[in-house]
Amino acid sequence: MATSTSTSVKTMPTFMEATLDAHVPDGPIEEMWDKHKFEMKLVNPANKRKHTIIVVGSGLAGGSAAASFAELGYNVHCFCYQDSPRRAHSVAAQGGINAAKNYQNDGDSVFRLFYDTVKGGDYRAREANVYRLAQISNQIIDQCVAQGVPFAREYGGRLANRSFGGAQVSRTFYARGQTGQQLLLGAYQALARQIESGGVKMHPRTEMLDLVVVDGHARGIVTRDMVTGKIESHVADVVVMATGGYSNVFYLSTNAKGCNATAIWRAYKRGAFFANPCYTQIHPTCIPVSGEYQSKLTLMSESLRNDGRIWVPRQKGDTRKAADIPESERYYYLEERYPSFGNLVPRDVASRAAKEVVDSGHGVGELKNGVYLDFADAINRLGENVIRDRYGNLFDMYANITGEDPYKVPMRIYPALHYTMGGLWVDYNLQSTVPGLFVLGEANFSDHGANRLGASALMQGLSDGYFIAPATVSNYIAQTSLSKVDASHSAFQQAEEEVVNRVNRLLNIRGRRSVDEIHRELGKIMWEYCGMGRTEAGLKKALELIPALREEFWQNASIPGDADDLNQTLEKAGRVADFLELGELLCRDALDRAESCGGHFREESQTEDGEALRDDENFAYVAAWQYAGDDAEPILNKEPLKFDYVKLTQRSYK
Amino acid sequence: MNLKLRVWRQKNAESQGRLVDYELKDVSPEYSFLEMLDLLNEKLMREGELPVAFDHDCREGICGMCGLMINGVAHGPKAAVTACQLHMRNFHDGDTIVIEPWRATAFPIIKDLVVNRTAFDRIIQAAGYISVSTGSAPEANNTPIAKTEADLAMDAAACIGCGACVAACPNSSAMLFTAAKASHLALMPQGQPERYDRAVLMVNAMDEEGFGGCTNIGECEAVCPKEISLDFIAQLNRDLIKASFMGAGKRL
Repeated sequence: MATSTSTSVKTMPTFMEATLDAHVPDGPIEEMWDKHKFEMKLVNPANKRKHTIIVVGSGLAGGSAAASFAELGYNVHCFCYQDSPRRAHSVAAQGGINAAKNYQNDGDSVFRLFYDTVKGGDYRAREANVYRLAQISNQIIDQCVAQGVPFAREYGGRLANRSFGGAQVSRTFYARGQTGQQLLLGAYQALARQIESGGVKMHPRTEMLDLVVVDGHARGIVTRDMVTGKIESHVADVVVMATGGYSNVFYLSTNAKGCNATAIWRAYKRGAFFANPCYTQIHPTCIPVSGEYQSKLTLMSESLRNDGRIWVPRQKGDTRKAADIPESERYYYLEERYPSFGNLVPRDVASRAAKEVVDSGHGVGELKNGVYLDFADAINRLGENVIRDRYGNLFDMYANITGEDPYKVPMRIYPALHYTMGGLWVDYNLQSTVPGLFVLGEANFSDHGANRLGASALMQGLSDGYFIAPATVSNYIAQTSLSKVDASHSAFQQAEEEVVNRVNRLLNIRGRRSVDEIHRELGKIMWEYCGMGRTEAGLKKALELIPALREEFWQNASIPGDADDLNQTLEKAGRVADFLELGELLCRDALDRAESCGGHFREESQTEDGEALRDDENFAYVAAWQYAGDDAEPILNKEPLKFDYVKLTQRSYK
Repeated sequence: MNLKLRVWRQKNAESQGRLVDYELKDVSPEYSFLEMLDLLNEKLMREGELPVAFDHDCREGICGMCGLMINGVAHGPKAAVTACQLHMRNFHDGDTIVIEPWRATAFPIIKDLVVNRTAFDRIIQAAGYISVSTGSAPEANNTPIAKTEADLAMDAAACIGCGACVAACPNSSAMLFTAAKASHLALMPQGQPERYDRAVLMVNAMDEEGFGGCTNIGECEAVCPKEISLDFIAQLNRDLIKASFMGAGKRL
């Protein structure tokens, strides 16, 4: 079997039972967060510097959390695998960030943002968390503007908004097509200020390879310096992980090449439950695959659906150029099928519709693997200049990649893996099932249910990092008395030894197949059997193929080079080894959840119109998987979901 | 297409590097430049050689991690793109392509094509921010900012910190990088209180890191994948002159 075994894992948290308690405060949802903030314990300002907090990841969630902890006076260590915290993959988010400001006077409110998010998530998110997210959304915009984030403005100087999928109000704030970059630079600058003042010690090019649990509490991490290969322990009072999602288990995704699940997977093996791994988001507007050696997929922001119209030729196998197909022979399938939301249906609905038309022979492009996203109408109506102002950088990017000019010919798009709603299980305080381990941003499972709405990831990352974790982590520190521990503690020594052994084991495989080749094969299995459409038979097939491929990896992977050097193949191999385990859990969860919901579409469970059909009676719960050993099946724990404020209905965007 | 590659190989910071010749066959014009390097690495590993180390991450031109001198030009022959967004259709069958790392005293080589750019982080740490702690922000729409001003600030803020400007500059100056951040913040009302201190402190940090002085040659602007304008350097220089009369830059 695959991996190093861990023996000191059985330090299970005290509240672990068959059903999980999310520690949601009592009272009306509108007052919960304020009440909870008042009830939480505080740490004396003079004592804060005596406490060390480790933050793994420096994206929107990690960067904002690290900066905010240091502003409060804590001693912070922040880790990232890139050469600089400014490069975390939040940087690539294009379209925008939601907030319930209602600047457009179009009927928005905190409750509506909450409602849209729960509904968009197909009723598989925890109401209390989502309501708090909607409440905090407005503070985020204030904070980011104060930092100098150059959001788009109206001529009168006020903030501009645009529309996004899954909502009928205009509540998305944006900075051209680079909103993620600008918000990240805001957090990065706040972090830089704290690094300068000594509040944060930054560790770039450093990868977390294990979590260390002492007496049932997360007390530190083991890292590898990616330049020197040095394996090192870091001790703390609290470990905060904000390490992003696991879309790269599919090999081809819109994530950065380095995005990986190693941190959350190691934490899972140390006792943190993994929630809803099968909730993956396939983004409808990406550039279609062009060939075998393609290394990643590129997203074209969902905001393009504001002005672009999606269509395919009515006639199957039509080989004419787009311009030669008359209006009457174009099938605007989203506008026809969903007249009220049209091209702005949520991502899961848009993706499945694209798959359906392509599978039935209407695909466009040389490989017949895309649909058109056409701006001709918008350019005629608004002029090329307006379109250039709104989406110029995206159009340029498209032209670079495809060699086609989207001002003249329609873009070709197709769905691709983009975001993972699943992640480590956390309670209302964003604490995992390992006390002292907090999980933020995409790495947790908390707010998006089975499908995330556009422009909500940035909102969640910053909400977790700037506003929630500083309060809840302080509460944990104030309430917990921890024994004094240093890196010579046996738990640290053992974890270090396991990390060293694992590195050596990888280097000693000396097989013949490249790590990328095996990763690509895993991706194909995942996409084929656990992609946009999932079936019982397919998932069972995947559950046979993945362990076999994992075996092949540990027998036959080729990982040249040394341990004490910059070794990019070794880094990749460690991550792929973890994906080969996580992929199996993902398929297992997808098999177990026999209903369809949001991004998880079980073909056995659909409405007459082919929409996702939920089974609220049997599946209105969070599936939280518990590691039980490398040779044992993981244990399924459930957190029942209650809906007191939003009525469960079959989602309809017609 | 078939290519001749001359790639800089260097084991680590201490050792001597050299250009090594490789032949690469069957490169599709659809590949990105980095996918071409992936192909080279797969071939090298099959032949029992160590792959070429190079930095990359998002592969969509926004993270700023990739940076290569391609035939002597930072990010290669196509204007306004990073190496990851450069596609092989910009080259021809039989071409010889020379691939080197960024070369600057302040960017020491780590291995092969990978350099250490943490000097950029230290310039930002010196003062490249607005001092506002979480929770102390006023309502966002209280301060109107003219669209033209906000747009100009965004033009400067678009910098991805890749370091091409330094690599292209005969003086290895980081003035375009520094000016982009200083101007982004100087152009917005929120950035005014620290504006002149910021200008001095960031430029001092740039000098301390071993970057050269700016002599307005303009190579930086020519290779910048985000087309950051030289005008921002002029803006920073104006602020520096004003700061010298004000005696700014002693605090923060």
